[in-house]
Amino acid sequence: MPYLKKSPWIIHYDASSCNGCDIEVLACLTPMYDVERFGIVNTGNPKHADIFVITGSINEQNVEVVKNIYHQMPEPKVVVAVGICATSGGVFQECYNIKGGVDKVIPVDVYVPGCAARPESIIDGIVKALGILEKRKEEHMKKAVEAKQ
Amino acid sequence: MMNAFYAIGYMILAPFLGGLIAGIDRKITARMQGRVGPPILQPFYDVLKLFEKEKVVVTRSQNYYVLCYVVFMVFTGALFFSGGDILLVVFALTLSHIFLILGAYASNSPYSYIGAERELLQVMAFEPMIVIATIGMYMVTKLAIPKGSFYVSDIASLTIPLILYLPGIFLGLIYVITIKLRKSPFDLSTSHHAHQEIVKGVTTEFSGSTLGRIEVAHWYETVLLLAFVYLFFSFNPLMGVIAVLLVYLLEIFIDNNYPRVKWQMLLKSSWLVALILGMANIALLYYVRGV
Repeated sequence: MPYLKKSPWIIHYDASSCNGCDIEVLACLTPMYDVERFGIVNTGNPKHADIFVITGSINEQNVEVVKNIYHQMPEPKVVVAVGICATSGGVFQECYNIKGGVDKVIPVDVYVPGCAARPESIIDGIVKALGILEKRKEEHMKKAVEAKQ
Repeated sequence: MMNAFYAIGYMILAPFLGGLIAGIDRKITARMQGRVGPPILQPFYDVLKLFEKEKVVVTRSQNYYVLCYVVFMVFTGALFFSGGDILLVVFALTLSHIFLILGAYASNSPYSYIGAERELLQVMAFEPMIVIATIGMYMVTKLAIPKGSFYVSDIASLTIPLILYLPGIFLGLIYVITIKLRKSPFDLSTSHHAHQEIVKGVTTEFSGSTLGRIEVAHWYETVLLLAFVYLFFSFNPLMGVIAVLLVYLLEIFIDNNYPRVKWQMLLKSSWLVALILGMANIALLYYVRGV
């Protein structure tokens, strides 16, 4: 049954965002957009989360942090890169301390461009991620059955 | 025979009722904050999802402790609904929470450590008032039964209104039930609303089906606590149900209006409430009615 789709829990990490996208992510939780009506909850705990939302580009210092959070999340999981910096590095691409977009470190499933990404497009990106999450679950279950055999 | 029937009824129906209460709670909370809120069945979706997720285990023993937590929670409720000794109910409830705390300690994470310590403090804050409540109930049964009784079945079948004899204890109980329901001024250990303060407190290191089990145990507990509230009105079932609904609505209201307190305040205030409302009630009962 597609319960994953009905209760996606999110962990939000600010890689090296200017806070623009972070505020837009938080705006999704306000009464105006209220993502909880889709069952979306913002947890602070990677072990409870299904969707990893990252804002900002990856810099040399937080590579390990991002990897660590990603590996702590239980399967099935998806990654959503929010904002142009998270998708490609944006205007900071050439900076000496910037590695680039999130996909330089961990596999990204949904890219949400924009500077800052609007709440509507963030919600749209997360809804897209839900479809991928369902597919991941089937793959994960197949793997688990194979591992048992 | 009837008692066993009630106990089995509780074991089967309590998770459904508790989940529904949690769903309505979330909806009303959302409306109080001017939001639309999740569907009523959202808590069920959440738990069913958790059972579909991968289970990340830090230490093997933590799963064993969580299983004990669930089993003892169901046992506590079944004991209550089968009309058993109310003192045993209170201590079995404590025992089940001790297992949750041990599970949190077993995982060796700093966040679970802080959560477990806070959970211990919450148990300490809850305990005096609930023990005084059982003593109060015992004293009232003395008015009807010569020797008095600690049995839930005897207390529930009293025809004299318990609430009129124990108003102070009732108010005190409402105060401490906030702790067990994990409502806002006292949601220290699981960080229920402030999602990032100590990550998730006791539940930090639990994921997947283990977390789902903790959630289900919490539903069992909610029903048990509301049944405790009902006991004060058991002379009139309709009044009892209305009182339970009003009490829960009040808890949601408190949850949405009061910021979280520090543990010192939690301990001080709940012991003061137990001392003033609880002990004064018992003393009055002793001097006025001579029981």
